[in-house]
Amino acid sequence: MSDILIKLVLAGVVFFGVLNLAGIHAWVERKQSALIQDRIGANRAPIFGFTLLGLFHGVADAVKMFTKEDIIPERADKVLHTLAPFFSVFFALVAFAAIPFGDRLIIGERVIDLQVAKLDVGLLYVFAMLSLGVYGMILAGFSSRNNYAILGGLRASAQMISYEIALGIAIIGVIMVYGTMDLGDLVRAQGGYIGGWIPFWGIVAQPVAFFVFLTAALAETKRAPFDLPEGESEIIGYFVEYSGMKFGMFLLTDFIETVMVACLATTLFFGGWQVPYLMPDGFHFPWGGELAVSNLVYVLLGVASFSIKVLIFCWLFMQIRWTLPRFRYDQLMSLGWKGLFPIAVVNVIVTAVVVLMFGEGA
Amino acid sequence: MAVKVVKRHTPTFWEKIYIPQIYCGLKITSIHFFRNLFLHTAHLFGLLKHIRASVTYQFPEELRPLMSRFRSRHRLMVRDDGTPRCVGCTLCETVCPAKCITIVPDEHPDPHVEKYPIRFDINLGVCVYCGYCVEVCPEDAIRMDTGILDTAAYSREAMQLDIHELMNPELRKPISGCDLDFPHKCEIHDGEMRGDWESVGVSSGTSSHS
Repeated sequence: MSDILIKLVLAGVVFFGVLNLAGIHAWVERKQSALIQDRIGANRAPIFGFTLLGLFHGVADAVKMFTKEDIIPERADKVLHTLAPFFSVFFALVAFAAIPFGDRLIIGERVIDLQVAKLDVGLLYVFAMLSLGVYGMILAGFSSRNNYAILGGLRASAQMISYEIALGIAIIGVIMVYGTMDLGDLVRAQGGYIGGWIPFWGIVAQPVAFFVFLTAALAETKRAPFDLPEGESEIIGYFVEYSGMKFGMFLLTDFIETVMVACLATTLFFGGWQVPYLMPDGFHFPWGGELAVSNLVYVLLGVASFSIKVLIFCWLFMQIRWTLPRFRYDQLMSLGWKGLFPIAVVNVIVTAVVVLMFGEGA
Repeated sequence: MAVKVVKRHTPTFWEKIYIPQIYCGLKITSIHFFRNLFLHTAHLFGLLKHIRASVTYQFPEELRPLMSRFRSRHRLMVRDDGTPRCVGCTLCETVCPAKCITIVPDEHPDPHVEKYPIRFDINLGVCVYCGYCVEVCPEDAIRMDTGILDTAAYSREAMQLDIHELMNPELRKPISGCDLDFPHKCEIHDGEMRGDWESVGVSSGTSSHS
């Protein structure tokens, strides 16, 4: 009984955190683009006279989305048209179940993994769920009975397939180095140090894979410079026939996927909840200093470390989104198939040779 | 005709591998981001207010500095005794290309002044802000230097400026009370004649030039 309760609490915490972060992304997007472009950004929506740097615009947006008329085109497939945005959000959200956001928390006799679902093939599960997300897009395009929408949906699926292959192959290098697919164990395996100084994180072991992963992951989030499926203003996207909160759910999916990809980049390449020189019993500095911490403090430091890394990645993705213009479609395809894919394959081969020559995990 | 051959830019290897170029772009946007973030934070604490953090102006609260010759909403110049400097010659009404000025002149008790407007209306919905009325005025009685840019209103009637608003640019419709003492067709009181020269202190024969 208490096991179920603990799982429910964990799921609630993850759900709460992710949805809030995704919601705040709408504000961050406005403000960060404003700062980059020497503007001020949305700052008008007040609650009791307080505008709080425009933070309430997200609330105003939500109210607007919920109260708008929900239009289903006359000749559309009504069931699929309604289901599509739910598919999108659902698969983006359930992927978070496998992400570990902290080390084992010990309360009395009980050991709790700070991870909603401890899966042996966590990585596969995450990628499966991310891939299923494309169903939402193609269904939205297909069920709208709109030629532009279905073209957008096709663009989305073509892009997702091209980049998921590079994404998956880039990850193989990481799996080979750490020898596990369980994301919790993968993070734990990143706790080693090279020469006692440099944390043995994924970025150190697999720098090439990191860059391939980052590019492919950006494409996976369907935001600029890879926003061809949507192309808000110029090329019409797959959700052209959506209005109200269903449209909002597609927007939310983008933000959730950005958070997802930030979580994955943190988990795979930046040591997840690892804090440099922090062992389960306290800090062991390479210059000899030691500082013992209790289990609770250790776990909280880990959660904080994970959150900060995720936030930095969210910032970076947003910065890239407002720096680069959109790729042309043929450029996008040639980058995916002729650029990232071969690099990822070569990376796997080189990693395999190195792992074979230097034994288990460097 | 000379032909200018424009060489098409072919990306070099350095540009083709994207990452250095992306880094350069990110450097530019990040410099802007952190500079503006720092300045905005400093402004919150009242520091470095003289360095602007954004190129945009928060319009209703913060007005852009205008050039001194910028033509904004009209105003009628006022003599020391509170009467308009306008002598009702209707030159501005004549020159106005948009025909947005309506003047009804009447006799002034002072023989040196001859005439003055009992009604002076400008329809801002029609006005093209050419400034001819200012140029043509022999008495420097009308100027376009109030710095008021927003002429938005909910109705066409509210776009009509009458003599009250023209003589006191602070006033905006709806105007609660009439504050003019000289005789004029008062729009506030449904076009009745209001005011008298005695309360202004102008009697026939005395000079009121300022």
